Amino acid sequence: MSDLDRRHFLQLAGFGGAVFLSGLPGAAGAEAVSDFFFVQLSDTHWGFEGPPNPDARGTLPKAIAAVNALPRPPDFVIFTGDLTHTTDDPAERRRRMAEFKDIAARLEVKDVRFIPGEHDAALDAGKAFKEHFGAVNYTFDHKGVHFIVLDNVSDPGAQIGEAQLAWLAADLKGQAKDARIVVFAHRPLFDLYPQWDWATRDGARAVDLLMPYANVTVFYGHIHQEHHQMTGHIAHHSAKSLIFPLPVAGSQPKRSPLPWDAAAPYRGLGFREIAAQAKAPDYVISERDLPKA
Amino acid sequence: MTLASKTRRDLLVATGAAALAPAALLAVAATAERVIPVVAKKFEFVPKEIRVRRGETVILQLSAPEVPMGFNLADFRQRVDIVPGKTATLRFTADKAGSFVFLCDVFCGTGHEDMSGTLVVA
Repeated sequence: MSDLDRRHFLQLAGFGGAVFLSGLPGAAGAEAVSDFFFVQLSDTHWGFEGPPNPDARGTLPKAIAAVNALPRPPDFVIFTGDLTHTTDDPAERRRRMAEFKDIAARLEVKDVRFIPGEHDAALDAGKAFKEHFGAVNYTFDHKGVHFIVLDNVSDPGAQIGEAQLAWLAADLKGQAKDARIVVFAHRPLFDLYPQWDWATRDGARAVDLLMPYANVTVFYGHIHQEHHQMTGHIAHHSAKSLIFPLPVAGSQPKRSPLPWDAAAPYRGLGFREIAAQAKAPDYVISERDLPKA
Repeated sequence: MTLASKTRRDLLVATGAAALAPAALLAVAATAERVIPVVAKKFEFVPKEIRVRRGETVILQLSAPEVPMGFNLADFRQRVDIVPGKTATLRFTADKAGSFVFLCDVFCGTGHEDMSGTLVVA
């Protein structure tokens, strides 16, 4: 994708601060990867109401319109959890999910995938999520990249769990050590800031299982801001939210949402476009913020 | 016995006990570990501030009367699940001074993300 395309994307996005991540890692000898890109949207919290986003019901439709207006459609779109804002009422949870699903159906791209966040799944072990969106963990392959969706939220204690770790290990056994692997999860798999519960209790075990594979990138949500971290050779990138930004870890006593800025509406919100480019044999992740529109 | 003499005798007894106390209390303080009850309610910890002395070893006695909760004091690498009907305990030594956040790390409902407290070590 050209620089012009990227600028165009940013203007259409309207929220500013979108991230273009190019060059998913690969290696010589691996199956050929065709150029493609996908869009990650995260933490839409449908059903949230409050001062941190006076346009709570408008932000998601705007983001979807922006994706639809991209000069080239993405191959697929993935929502990385907290599709809905939590509620203790199971009927209201289902109502929010149904509404969210209707809005997401406005995406012109028809390959749309979902993963749960704790707001969607932690109070009923993923029951309502499965009714509306299907499995909470799964894999799929697209143009030479193996995608793995991990569920680290259906357990209210934020554990992947023995069964899913065994499933992950079995899936990885079928992959070449130089396979291009992308992992999606809602919560960070590493201890980003456990003081604010920005961690997965057994996330290190998943990272250990992924470590023998040379080309792994993890995309997640949960923290409502960009964050980029390496665990060994594995890169972890978090996405912005589409409801309200959260503060930088430890920058204030509590993880309360950053206030809405009427002078710069939607500041801190956005979504991410990820390109996979066939540039073997030398792949380097080049991740950068876009300049302001 | 007059009221005055009774008061004086009681005072003497009390004073005597107090006079004997310092050495005994110091000995107890050196070995006893303070037990601090903490209740994890929807959606707050009671108390929400726990104050301890630096170097003090304490035992938190945690209960959750309503739904399963978690107690996570990440700066001291302490966490425990709290299941209704059972008391969970955490024993640790507050070996560094400061204010440290503890929070519920088991998603427990709409107020979960505001459920936190502070350990003050002075």
